[in-house]
Formats: sequence, C-alpha cells, structure tokens
Amino acid sequence: MADNDVKKKKTHKHLDPADTLMTVITYIVYTVFAFVCVYPFYYIFINTISNNDLSGRGKIRFWPQDLHLTNYVNVSHIPALKSAFGISLARTLIGALLTVAASAFLGYMFTRETMWKRKLWYRMVVVTMYFNAGIIPFVITMRNIHLYDTFWVYILPTVVSPFYIVLCKTFVESVPKELTDAAELDGCGTMRTFTAIIIPVIKPILATVAIFSMVAQWNSFQDNVLLAPSPKLATLQFTLYQYINQASSLKALVNSTGNAASLAASLAHAATATSIRMTVTIVVVAPILLVYPIFQRYFVKGIMIGAVKG
Amino acid sequence: MSRKKIRGYREFLYVLPFLILVAVFAYYPLYGWIYAFYDYKPPALLSDSQFVGLKWFTFMLDTEIKRKQIWQVLLNTFGISGLSMLFSWFPMMFAVFLNEIKCEPYKKFVQTVTTLPNFISWVLVFAIAFCVFNTTGVVNSLLMDLGLIKTPIAFLKSNEHIWFKMWLWLTWKNAGWAAIMYIAAITGIDEELIDAAKVDGANRWKTIWHITIPSILPTYLVLLFLNMANFLSNGMEQFYVFQNSFNKDYIQVLDLYVYNVAYEGGSYPLATAIGVLKSVVSIVLLCVMNGISKLTRGENFI
Repeated sequence: MADNDVKKKKTHKHLDPADTLMTVITYIVYTVFAFVCVYPFYYIFINTISNNDLSGRGKIRFWPQDLHLTNYVNVSHIPALKSAFGISLARTLIGALLTVAASAFLGYMFTRETMWKRKLWYRMVVVTMYFNAGIIPFVITMRNIHLYDTFWVYILPTVVSPFYIVLCKTFVESVPKELTDAAELDGCGTMRTFTAIIIPVIKPILATVAIFSMVAQWNSFQDNVLLAPSPKLATLQFTLYQYINQASSLKALVNSTGNAASLAASLAHAATATSIRMTVTIVVVAPILLVYPIFQRYFVKGIMIGAVKG
Repeated sequence: MSRKKIRGYREFLYVLPFLILVAVFAYYPLYGWIYAFYDYKPPALLSDSQFVGLKWFTFMLDTEIKRKQIWQVLLNTFGISGLSMLFSWFPMMFAVFLNEIKCEPYKKFVQTVTTLPNFISWVLVFAIAFCVFNTTGVVNSLLMDLGLIKTPIAFLKSNEHIWFKMWLWLTWKNAGWAAIMYIAAITGIDEELIDAAKVDGANRWKTIWHITIPSILPTYLVLLFLNMANFLSNGMEQFYVFQNSFNKDYIQVLDLYVYNVAYEGGSYPLATAIGVLKSVVSIVLLCVMNGISKLTRGENFI
C-alpha cells in the first residue's frame, strides 16, 4: 500500500494543471469541512472559560480571554443538573452492561444448533430491526405494563438489540469449532462453554457493543420526552434542552417588553444565561469527546463486520 | 427422549426470558394499533373506551383546515426526505475524493473529525446551533463586525429555507459517518485493477470514473433503496428540538406530527391512526424497494 502511494506520487509529479487544481480544491474543501465539524465544540468551550460579558456579545471567537472557571462552579451547584447527571450515568452504565451481556449471550446461543427451533427464534429477534409499532402504541403499551414514568423504561426496551446480536453472532461463528467441541468433550455445559471459552474470545466485539450502547444511552432523549415526564427522571439531554429553550423564551419576553431599563438589566442576565447554557452543553458533550478517540478505533471494525453481514 | 433433545429444550429455556422481552417491547406494541379504533384517553383502559370504528381515519380529513394541515405535513416530509435523496451521493463522493488524498495523517484527521458529530445527540446539535447562531453568537457578531448586516439575523427563529437548513444539519451530523461505509468499500477494491488501468493510460479522473465509482455503486444502491423505504420516517428528534412557533408549519414532518397530535393535541387515537397509516405505507415501500433491489441487483436487502 505505502509502496504504491510512492509510485503514484512519482507518476503524478509533473502532470497537467487540472490535476494539481483538483488536489488543491480537495484539500480546501476537506479542511473547511473539518473546521466546521470541530470549531463549534472549540468555540463553545472557550466561551465557557472566558469573560461572560465578552462572551455574551459574541466577542470570544478564537482565543479565550480573562480565563475563569466560575461558570463550571455555578453549574455544579444546580440541583436539577446533579440529579440529571445521576440518571444519565445510571442508565448509561446499567443499560450498556445489560445490553452487552444479552448481546453476547444471545449471539452465542443463536449459534447453538442443538437449540429447539433455533432458527425461528433468531428470525423472530432479527426481524424486529425492520418494523416498529410507532411511538404512540409503544407509549400506550408502556403505560399498560406500568413501566411508564419509571427508570426501567430507559433500560428494558434496549436490552435485546438485534443489531448487536447479529454482530456478536457473526463474531462467535468465526471462533474455530474445535475450541467449543474440545470444551464440551472436557465436560463443559452450554453455560460453562459460554463463560470460559466464548467470552474471552469475543472481547473485541463486546467492547464495540459496549461503547455503542453507552453512547446511545447517554444520548437518548426521545424516551425521556415520551415516557418519563417526572422531573426526577429527567436526563442530562432533556435538562440541557430545557435550559436552552427556557433561556430563549426568557429573551423573547425581554425583547417584547421594550422597556430600556429592564432591557439593560436583562442583558447582563442574558450574558450569564448564555454562559450557563454553553457550560451545560460542554458538560453534556464532554463524556462523548473523551471516549471518542478510544472507540474511534472500534467502530470502523464494527461497521465493517456489519457491512459484510448486512 | 435423547439427551440432545433435552439439551435443546434447556437451551431454549435459557433464551426464553430474552424472547419474552422481544415479545413485550417489539411485538406487543403492535397490538396497540387497536387504539386507533377506540375513543381512548389515557390513563383510561381500553375496556372503558368506546369502539368508534374508522372515526379517527375520517376525522383527520373531514375539514378543509385539517386537509390543509395534513397536506403541509406530507409536503414537509417529502421535501426533507427528497432533499436527502437528491444529495444522497454526497457521502459517496466525500469518500471517493478523500481516498484521493495521499497524505495519510491528514486523511485520518479529516475522517476522525468529520465522524465526530454523528456521536452527539440531536439535543447537542441543537445546543451547538443555538450557541453559534443565536443573535449574540459568533456568526451574527462576525457578520455585524464585517458590516454585512445591521441587525442580527434570527437564524433559528425563522421559517425560511427550513428544509434546506434541516438537511444541512443532517449532513453536518451524518456525512462523515456515512462515508465510512464507502471508504471500507474503496479499501476493498483490488489494487491490480487500478494498476491495470494505469498501465492502460488512465488518469486520476478516469480511474475514479471507471473503477472506484463502479466498485462502490452497489453499496450506494443498497443504501439508497433503504433510504427510499424509509421515505416517510425522518424520525422526530431532530425536528422536535429545532421546532419553535416561527418554523412549526414547515418543520413538522409526519413523525413529529404524530407526536404533536398526541402530546399537544391530546388525541392518542388520532395519533395512532396516523401512525398506522404511515406504518402500512412504509411496509409497502419496503417491499417495493426490496423487489426493485431484487430485480436490479438480484438480491434482497432484508
């Protein structure tokens, strides 16, 4: 591959200007695209640690000014945010753990040819990828089975995730059959083979599933809106959404009054409001940004397996 | 009974709890379609509700205003889905030209950075949009300082070009991720093929046109067919977070409309009826697209 690149470069060295032009344009376009993807995160971050008045007037663009951490200290004192953080963290950890366990187990079990009506059950699970009843019947069902407005409504519906099961099953199938056969000759039962032989071998795919489901749980917002109206079940995503929307309705109120004195007072307030909103945004996005470099390696692998299978 | 058979039953018992979860969370909600035929108000029970037949199905179209509203919702859905379909080649070309970059670290950097937005939620996308585009955000303050505008533009509180804006956000979030699939496909192209083309005197354009694109076209078609099958399903999250009283008329796609009818209008059965119609059309679409896929490519995608 590397060899080939060198060869290409050499042959392209003195080629027509159209070729050079194309190279230049590609570099410009990708640099712009990359900038657009990164800058917003950077912009919001430098605003949270800069002078709030400057930030409120949109003057902090490329470099932070008058560094301070007051915003983060202020945010850490908001009780609603603490509770939301607890809920988000709990659903991320518990949800991902159960999803990984179920995906690994079912991924393995669905390769067991001895299982009664195996193919039927496997199909029954996989076909759920292609349909859903729609949000309202789902909400009514959750009401009927008394999961509505409980913490478990975040967790239980995601435990059996067909896509992850397919990923795991594909991986289990690549494990040499001699390995499991040998274990069984040694007297291992179905479960013992799973815990002693399969789990250690399929660790890489489990890491992928773990990270995917953690990100999905952390990001999940719709189930909170639809199924968990109690403030005590509010997630970070939901709280962030409320902060941004409330602040904008606050501002609309100020602008419509048209009173000069109250306008000045509220502008000072608006600066803090903006800073608080930005700070909460950073708090919510931080875990994703932190794990991203680690799992960036995994998902390429994951999607390749998925693509081959899919 | 043989030991093997007993073992088979035992293994079935191991997976049974999970099958029950699937039944409860994926199959049982289908039964909820029945609410479209009742006068149901939560938290009442179905048994306390009155059967009303097709009332809700005719109800959604029985006045001029409602017909207009549904028509607008369909237009929005078609507009936004249509835009993504029209530009569905974008991630593919993104991958093709990225592959032409020979500086590996730069390529890797672009790939890593453009994939990142896919992993944040729509709420965060909205939060970012708010911070960057609100009246005191960097875009407005920069435009003001440059003297291009006199008063800040309320980018988010306007209904202008809303379909296009929604498509832009979707692209910002998804393009890099969608490109990965194509990058994987390009990596799989036989090197010999490219070398052979070079020997035959093909330049970069010709190699792209005659080798790279034809090799990844099957991937593109599968994804295109899948997108078409999902034509009516834009999801509600993106539009829910971006909706406000200024843009509501043009941002309300079917999925969001169903939510609004139930949660703002308070009519669960009507929302269910709309959802049922949507599901039926979607299933037909899926079958049609699968059939087309079978005809053109000789394989199912389901």
